[in-house]
Amino acid sequence: MADERPVLELRGITKRFPGIVADDHVDFDLRDGEVHALLGENGAGKSTLMNIVYGLYHADEGEIRVNDEPIRIHSPKDAISRGIGMVHQHFMLIPVMTVAENIVLGNEPTKAGDILDYAAARKRVTDLSRQFGFAIEPDARVENIGVGQQQRVEILKALYRHADILILDEPTAVLTPQEANELFEILRTLTREGLSIIFISHKLNEVLEIADRITVLRRGKKVDTVPRAGATEEGLARMMVGREVLLRVDKPPATPGEPLLQVENLHVLDELGLEAVNGVSFDVRRGEIVGLAGVDGNGQSELIEALSGLRKVEAGRVRLAGRDVTGASAHDVLHRGLGHIPEDRQRRGLVLNFSLAENLALHDYDAEPNARFGWLFPRRLVQRARGILRQFDVRGGGPQTLASALSGGNQQKVVVGREMSRDPHVLLAAQPTRGLDVGAIEFVHRRLVEARNGGAAVLLVSLELEEIVSLSDRVLVIYEGRIAGEYPPDVSEEELGLAMTGARKEAA
Amino acid sequence: MTEGAAPPPPASSPEAGPPTVAERLAFYQRAGGVLAPLLTALIAFIIGGLVILATTGKNPLSTYRAIFDGTGLNWFFHVGSYSITLPFSETKVWFPWDTGSLAALNLQQTLIVVTPLILTGIAVAFAFRCGLFNIGGNGQYTIGALVGVQVGVWFAGMPRPLHILIAIVAATFAGAVWAGIAGILKATVGAHEVITTIMLNWIALWIGSYLVGFNGPMQDPRAISAPVTKPIADSAKLPVFWGNPALQGLHIGFFIAIGALVVYWILLKRTTLGYEVRAVGFNPEAARYGGISVPKSYFLAMAISGAFAGLAGAIDILGWEFRLDLTVVQSVQIGFIGIAVALLGRNNPVGIFFAALLFGALLTGTSTRNLDPTIFKPELAGNLTRIIQGLVVLFVGADLLIVYFWQSIRKPFIKLRRRLGLRAKSVAVEAE
Repeated sequence: MADERPVLELRGITKRFPGIVADDHVDFDLRDGEVHALLGENGAGKSTLMNIVYGLYHADEGEIRVNDEPIRIHSPKDAISRGIGMVHQHFMLIPVMTVAENIVLGNEPTKAGDILDYAAARKRVTDLSRQFGFAIEPDARVENIGVGQQQRVEILKALYRHADILILDEPTAVLTPQEANELFEILRTLTREGLSIIFISHKLNEVLEIADRITVLRRGKKVDTVPRAGATEEGLARMMVGREVLLRVDKPPATPGEPLLQVENLHVLDELGLEAVNGVSFDVRRGEIVGLAGVDGNGQSELIEALSGLRKVEAGRVRLAGRDVTGASAHDVLHRGLGHIPEDRQRRGLVLNFSLAENLALHDYDAEPNARFGWLFPRRLVQRARGILRQFDVRGGGPQTLASALSGGNQQKVVVGREMSRDPHVLLAAQPTRGLDVGAIEFVHRRLVEARNGGAAVLLVSLELEEIVSLSDRVLVIYEGRIAGEYPPDVSEEELGLAMTGARKEAA
Repeated sequence: MTEGAAPPPPASSPEAGPPTVAERLAFYQRAGGVLAPLLTALIAFIIGGLVILATTGKNPLSTYRAIFDGTGLNWFFHVGSYSITLPFSETKVWFPWDTGSLAALNLQQTLIVVTPLILTGIAVAFAFRCGLFNIGGNGQYTIGALVGVQVGVWFAGMPRPLHILIAIVAATFAGAVWAGIAGILKATVGAHEVITTIMLNWIALWIGSYLVGFNGPMQDPRAISAPVTKPIADSAKLPVFWGNPALQGLHIGFFIAIGALVVYWILLKRTTLGYEVRAVGFNPEAARYGGISVPKSYFLAMAISGAFAGLAGAIDILGWEFRLDLTVVQSVQIGFIGIAVALLGRNNPVGIFFAALLFGALLTGTSTRNLDPTIFKPELAGNLTRIIQGLVVLFVGADLLIVYFWQSIRKPFIKLRRRLGLRAKSVAVEAE
């Protein structure tokens, strides 16, 4: 296990960007052979700090020491030569090249002068993956392998360059729970082989599972470094947010009424023209939250898009508050009483270059009192926005602020505020807390429960089982475009996990 | 290499520490505002000056001075005590500038050129705001000019305001239809507007060449030396409000262009159509999710864009050309200059006005008539205009470079200020 000697030490690192101090005199040390988690909300300065270590940014103040020797890191090249490797959240791989080619890229074994010695490259990659227990096919093209595998290629890239300090930036953000577990296995192997790992995350449970020590950052400042032993989710959450956080959702028992969303035998195609939703039927009733659990890519996105009028319905029927809305346009569905928190707030939920007032009017900019006869009244938009922003506790800007200037959590509050202030009959919430930190997650959860208590029918789609289980009154599992089962909310995560991978169906 | 590329910041948190390049750019655009375009133009002129130095060996400053004098913009510097006659009346009032000087004459010519540039600039800018690139300004201008001249030839003897109005409306509508074709193709089958508008440019060019050329239906049979249309009726000519109508004085089309700038701003900021256009331009996916019909916005934005370009064509005909010449049809460049105007003007009404003024002034200032050949060979001067124009477009595309340049100039000052304890207010954005 980890010994006490720090292999990497940061002292008083400070980094300023225009208008913000990203890191404010942060101290940090990484011991030999440990997994050290860097925990903090979005915008706390975790990634910036590590990008400084990796040479992508330069600290305005402070000192970096590797093996007790003060060094200057000007570029990633310097970092690599010091044995520091980093795996970014967004992979930097070349899709059309093979795994082996990607790994050796930039430092290729050659023969006869300048020709790539593919056989040697392949062998080195095979040796490496055997040494560290990676299951990976060196000849596969990167575009044909899954996200989890691509991540391993990134890690191998660092190992190939003799990294003994490995920085992982939110590595589980793109992984399914199973893939995340496999990643943790790999990390354990790596530390056994003598690597030291910095693990950036904002997920409490992960950090508690994998880290030996945990350093918490809040608004650019270091709060504390604590050993895993004795750390609790509640305690870490308090350190991250700076106040008590309610991790469990408090909700009164559901009193479901009549069905507001009725889906019958729905068929929807994906971009490639393949059947993504394959005969799905379910109801969501007034005053209940129905959770739709599933591994990403099992038709959830297509289902949501079809329900909200953004994707063509091939067959089947959708009824909203008793009226048939099959094949209706997005505009019509919205005006029949649908609220939709889209899964990607930046791509779909917001116009980032619009002000918050304009964003809040996205569904009804053309209706009175916002407009009359095609004439827009910007001041009325601002007025109404002021109320919604206050009601939904959006911080970091007023009605005239551009949406892009807000943090992810506040952006999501704007989306949630817009959809809920319209008092929808049916609320589709697609991954409403993705990428949010604990404080914002708590907020969104509370609002979803409020919508349900207020008589809305809520359909919650999430990849986070914990979220599904804690919020839902009923749980549906979607697998390969079909509903694979319905469960009460007290179902175990294991059972859901099995259903999500189709195991239940095969057993039946 | 792969390690060299900076990672995109976590998608969900733009304010989290490292701002992306685009965000930084937006920051400087908000902070600097007019600064980047001014620097852009300045750098273009500096490089143009180097070209002058290399080709003629003469002092670039004196050449620029001569060009500037040729634009008539020096008129504003000669303040005195004069009087003018208020338009459409006999009353004379005091005025600080001499409206009859040579500089005044030159300025009238400059503003006559600026007028259609403002309009084609708006045309390009409006399409830009919807995320569309209208390269078809030339074709739309040509179609507008063709319709304008034909309506001007017909209906002779109609009351003047009515005749002008009909001609302008018809030409504007024609421009809208012409660009609308590209809009419909984009909206229905997704054909890229860059391709279709370029194709429509050529179609307009050859339709115009056929109509105006020898034995064409619109050619004036009396004009046997050069193919040209019949002149428009006097009742269709735009009134001249400054200068001698017989000597190509400044016509009221200038005010129509100014009015178009206002219309442009109102359309974008004060109508639901403008909201839709901007939403689609910034993020079509979010617009669709919001219930906006993206194809409809594409079509309307394109048509409105073309309307402004068509209007430009009509105003040139009704304002000072009075007939359409085959050589004009075949050498229209104004749609392209409109792209430079929109880029340099940052799609902003005031910016478009000044960018149009810059390019219009360059065109008149370097024209053979206005530039003293002993100072700079006029045939080189015309190319100089194009060089500067090209550089401006290039640099506008290289916005980041300019920002970087600006930052590196400013850095020592910022450091100095910090050392003096006068650090610029860094508004620590309230995190959640």
